[in-house]
Amino acid sequence: MILGFVEHDGGEPLESSLEMLTLARELAEAGDGALEVTTIDPEASLAEDELGAYGVDRVHRVTHADLDRFAPDAWAASIVQLTREFEPRGVLVPGTDRGQDVLARVGVKLELPMAANCIAVEPGDSWEVTRHRWGGSLIEHAQLEAPTKLLSVAPHELPIDAPGEAGGVAVNEFEPTLEEPDTLVKVDHVEESDVEGVPLGEARVVVGGGRGVGGPDGYDQLEELADLLGGAVGASRAAVNEGWRPHDDQIGLTGAKISPDIYIACGISGAVQHMVGCKGADTILAINTDAEAAIMQKGDYAVIGDLHEVVPVLNDAIRDRQ
Amino acid sequence: MDVLACIKRVPDTGAKIVLTEDKQEIDTSSLGFTMSPHEECAIEEAIQQVEAHGGSTHVLTLGPEAAAEQLRTGLAMQIDDATLLETDGDEWSPRATAQAISTEIQSMDTAFDLLLFGNESADMANYQVGTRVAAELGVPCVTGIKSLDIEDGTAIAKREIAGGEEVYEVDLPAVITVKEGINEPRYASMRAKMQARNQEITHRSPDASVGAGSFEKLRLETPPEDTSDAEVLGEGSDAVPAILEVLEDGVEVL
Repeated sequence: MILGFVEHDGGEPLESSLEMLTLARELAEAGDGALEVTTIDPEASLAEDELGAYGVDRVHRVTHADLDRFAPDAWAASIVQLTREFEPRGVLVPGTDRGQDVLARVGVKLELPMAANCIAVEPGDSWEVTRHRWGGSLIEHAQLEAPTKLLSVAPHELPIDAPGEAGGVAVNEFEPTLEEPDTLVKVDHVEESDVEGVPLGEARVVVGGGRGVGGPDGYDQLEELADLLGGAVGASRAAVNEGWRPHDDQIGLTGAKISPDIYIACGISGAVQHMVGCKGADTILAINTDAEAAIMQKGDYAVIGDLHEVVPVLNDAIRDRQ
Repeated sequence: MDVLACIKRVPDTGAKIVLTEDKQEIDTSSLGFTMSPHEECAIEEAIQQVEAHGGSTHVLTLGPEAAAEQLRTGLAMQIDDATLLETDGDEWSPRATAQAISTEIQSMDTAFDLLLFGNESADMANYQVGTRVAAELGVPCVTGIKSLDIEDGTAIAKREIAGGEEVYEVDLPAVITVKEGINEPRYASMRAKMQARNQEITHRSPDASVGAGSFEKLRLETPPEDTSDAEVLGEGSDAVPAILEVLEDGVEVL
């Protein structure tokens, strides 16, 4: 049996969890066929039957009075107790902030190794895993040997596939035994952002500015373009280091990973560390004076020119249409 | 308050990663080295917290002898003491690394109140060393933090989520793993860099045995390059009609 960990937002499974199920289902089929998942869902908001379409046979719905807010050790304790009871060959989680955090704690409690950000697995007695290093600009093949293999799955890499039909999903309500240390680390409260507009990670259109923008004022034109397209503005690390934009706007290895329909990269050269942050974009359109810049090759569309000349004309043209 | 920052020496990669012939590591013959960006912020955070609350700062790394260079960067930024857990240069697994670091921390004279790590290393990105060290030491661990305040022995730590921040409160001692953006690391002055050159670094030989199972690198591979050239839409503002077409028909955002 393979055990997947499904994160959800008020009952709606996150895309990264559905991507994880693609690999989990493949591993289940290579073994005894059983694919089960667990969710932390004290309010029973998730429609378990829907997961049947993804090949899920059973959902272990974890409930406990102390699971009202995110508590990574308590989440990990729940997965550990399920693992001890049902002995899955592998436990897969989505490679989100929470997924990585919780699985590392599962590794601690079970005294087992963990392979982060996997994209493929060759199963056998030991598993040969293919995983991301350097945010995906380097691939590692590694051998994972353990009675239960712990894997997180790199987001935005695998397709979401629903080969089956909804329904036929068994539900096991599971109340873990939690002890005091399990809730020492727990979200106390949430502060909502007062920043207006679309969050970078969720925007359908992202307009990015790099060193070529030349200074903080140069972003006004990019802001306008983003507004006209209902998108968000991002920046390269170079621009953030210059102090032109806040770090929250940074796209790349140590910043946001974006997955818009289109990324319009202005005055950005396209270093490896930047490209790993925007490779989730369906389409990349680069505007750069340097036709040889890496992003002009790696992208889908290139405009050779000065962003300060091109963007204002583009903004006017879009306004004319609206 | 005594604060420890744990860091890692990593290659300063350029626009393209090149591997050695045996595909076991990155060819660093023409590359410089740096520390992971998250960890540069861990050092800065250690210094700022001690500036605010008093105490001592310490930096530690596990790596080859050459990793002393990154420790000296920390010393030049005004960290007080540095420790190198010196290896022969081979990669250590995250479990072995965590165990060696924990053993060293337990043998040190200072009982640290705050132990700072990067959320994940830039190169291997295993997302677990800080968490494993916290468990070995029996202290709580909060990961991915972009804002940290210490009040009366309690860490108030904030992690970004969609649409806001979630706030944690944990009693010290604790492990906090940080992300770039929590602060702006300072530049060391030339004078501080010169002084750091002569500062003593404690050298140790780490040792680690780990539990069941193993996780071992077989080989590395650079992902297939996208060799298809981008379609050039034009030069300067003459390209605007073509851009509009892409926005309207190609990706349908107009």
